[in-house]
Amino acid sequence: MRSLLLSPAVAAGIYLAVSAATASHAQAADLTLCWAAWDPANALVELSKDFEKKSGNKMHYEFVPWPNFADRMLNELNSSGKLCDLMIGDSQWIGGAAENGQYVKLNDFFDKEGIKMDDFIPATVVGYAEWPKNTPNYWALPAFADVVGWTYRADWFSRPELQAEFKKKYGRDLAVPKTWDELTDIAAFFQGREIDGKKVYGAAIYTERGSEGITMGAMNALYSYGFQYQNPNKPYDLEGFVNSAEAVAGLEKYKKLYECCTPPGHSDAYMTEDVDAYKSGQVALQMNFTFTWPGINADANVGGKKTGYFPNPAGPKGAQFAQLGGQGISVVANSDKKTEALDYIKWFAQPEIQRKWWAFGGYSALKAVVDDPGFASSQPYAKPFLNSMAIVEDFWAEPSYASLLQASQKRFHDYVVANQGTAKDALDGLVKDWKGVFQDDGKY
Amino acid sequence: MLHSPIDRIAGATPPAIAARVKGLSDRAIAWLFVAPSIVLLLAINIFPLIWTIRLSFTNFRVNRPNEPIRFVGLRNYINILTDGDVWRSMQATAHFLIWTIILQVLIGFFLAYLINKKFRGNDLWTTIIVLPMMLSPAVVGNFWTFLYQPQIGLFNYVIAFLTGNDPSSFSMIASTTLAPWAIVIVDTWMWTPFVMLICLAGLRSIPSSIYEAAECDRASKWRQFWTITIPMVLPFLMLAVLFRGIENFKMFDLVVQLTGGGPGSITELTSINLKRAAFEQWRTGYASAYAVILFVTVFGLASIYVKALNRVKQR
Repeated sequence: MRSLLLSPAVAAGIYLAVSAATASHAQAADLTLCWAAWDPANALVELSKDFEKKSGNKMHYEFVPWPNFADRMLNELNSSGKLCDLMIGDSQWIGGAAENGQYVKLNDFFDKEGIKMDDFIPATVVGYAEWPKNTPNYWALPAFADVVGWTYRADWFSRPELQAEFKKKYGRDLAVPKTWDELTDIAAFFQGREIDGKKVYGAAIYTERGSEGITMGAMNALYSYGFQYQNPNKPYDLEGFVNSAEAVAGLEKYKKLYECCTPPGHSDAYMTEDVDAYKSGQVALQMNFTFTWPGINADANVGGKKTGYFPNPAGPKGAQFAQLGGQGISVVANSDKKTEALDYIKWFAQPEIQRKWWAFGGYSALKAVVDDPGFASSQPYAKPFLNSMAIVEDFWAEPSYASLLQASQKRFHDYVVANQGTAKDALDGLVKDWKGVFQDDGKY
Repeated sequence: MLHSPIDRIAGATPPAIAARVKGLSDRAIAWLFVAPSIVLLLAINIFPLIWTIRLSFTNFRVNRPNEPIRFVGLRNYINILTDGDVWRSMQATAHFLIWTIILQVLIGFFLAYLINKKFRGNDLWTTIIVLPMMLSPAVVGNFWTFLYQPQIGLFNYVIAFLTGNDPSSFSMIASTTLAPWAIVIVDTWMWTPFVMLICLAGLRSIPSSIYEAAECDRASKWRQFWTITIPMVLPFLMLAVLFRGIENFKMFDLVVQLTGGGPGSITELTSINLKRAAFEQWRTGYASAYAVILFVTVFGLASIYVKALNRVKQR
């Protein structure tokens, strides 16, 4: 043992082996892409094989389930970790990541490579790439367009006996709802009904407390009823906008929908729970981000013609908005392989790759893909997706977005699910919380 | 004359070892062995504690590396102690703590008393009873989430069978009145075996000669129970209460898995509240002050309790 440890030949061998391994590691330019663990990430793995083949770089992936995604990845960014070279971070992170120097600014790179933001859907550029918003400062390339929309059981809607009963009760056809009131009526109609010997319910909606679920759900009703984040003429002026009478009515509508028409125990539900409720045939309607639509379309139980898709319905005054989802892809400033990471973005931005991305189940934000005449008919959900992307609104993207989000999570869940106080109390409380955050940030 | 612990360790070092290491005194060798533990303790316990206390007086946010760190005096402490949400989470923690301890001590002692009786298969029963505490809290939380499910959950079916209600008419973890009890039930199911084992150790430590003497004095079973069993098991019971109290004060994983702190904030224990401040809102200075307050609370209560425990043991 002693002689082995001291042997110069063995030591030299170990040194050479370690040097060779280190050298090959450096040359291989292994890139790690960080994102959430979900279907689109699997599609991206398939898509990226083309990049590996063309560039010779090896791709590694760090995918974290959605409920832990922000915790894990923001920890990584805040601790200046070197795990991720590329980050497909949530849209709300842009402000913080830009101001704290965690993402590489991409303007020069875009100019050099001829990548134009005008080529992408405008809402995705504002939502996923810009900070400050509505200024030409880009920190990401729109990577995955997403928005909240609805699926419905087209096969149930088309049953003559249900059509007749619905018409008798509500005086109109059982069809895709155009307003939140119509949607609530339909959900109430199906709630507790027996279909094919099974008890079914109205709607699966977002109610999750821990991360962002109930905010991403309730905001759909709030926007369409008239909620505004701030005075359009005076930034950070919240009073009378966040807690306007219209916003109160929107939150009340969301609570009503939760109370009348969700499956039992649907009190902490987000994307997965809603998909489960829908795919298992429990509900007639499902609120969810559009990324779930390809999976539903392909599902053996509810896929194909059994399901229809529609954008978020309008409020009482005709305003129609939907919560933006989706993400942009950024280069992590702390990465040692920025050149290779930029190569990946350059490759990803190509129209033919974006077309493949759509074909694999990823939602492209490139106009060349979505404006193609064949796009709307390429999938049954393609047109509802486009219609949904045309009405998007997004949550705050301020560096303090996490505190702002936690406040809305608490206020909304306390009111909608835990039945505490009134909608006015909840929104007044939200104004107070948000003002406190902005005061800390020196905005007043 | 050996004074310090190091001197005592040095004195206990076998001369043969010291003699083989040239140039080192017994005392140096002792330091050599103890030093890694001390360094480890300083690195992972003492240094973070001091650092946390330092941060608690600042406005530091870990997600704002470019912002200057300002000293804010007692502002974080004042904000915490005047925050209604913090007090509500303290209340939720107290409810959870008190009821889990009461139920676990009562049921644990009762089970230990039964298991202590010599009967056929009591080893098998002991094994079955202790199984829940061997599972991961995250697994238990997930498992009970299904049991509490109004449509497919076994728990709801059992309650519905006993009460004649529709199982889907109530949801343990979605109801503001039932959710706090839902987590008490699961924690009791999981950790009662731990209390039982401690009580069992206490019961088995009582010499049978004491009971034999009591029998000779014609003491009734009830009197034997109150004057022999309870006083002699009491220190063990108090130890179990101490362990469970400290553990449940910092309970996190089980509750997050079961209710996520909801519905609303009904089951948001202090540990969850603290985590939200530290790793969701990234208010690092504030969260440090919060952690210091919780540390002082647990440390203070545990110290008082340990003194009481020592008094009971000395009786």
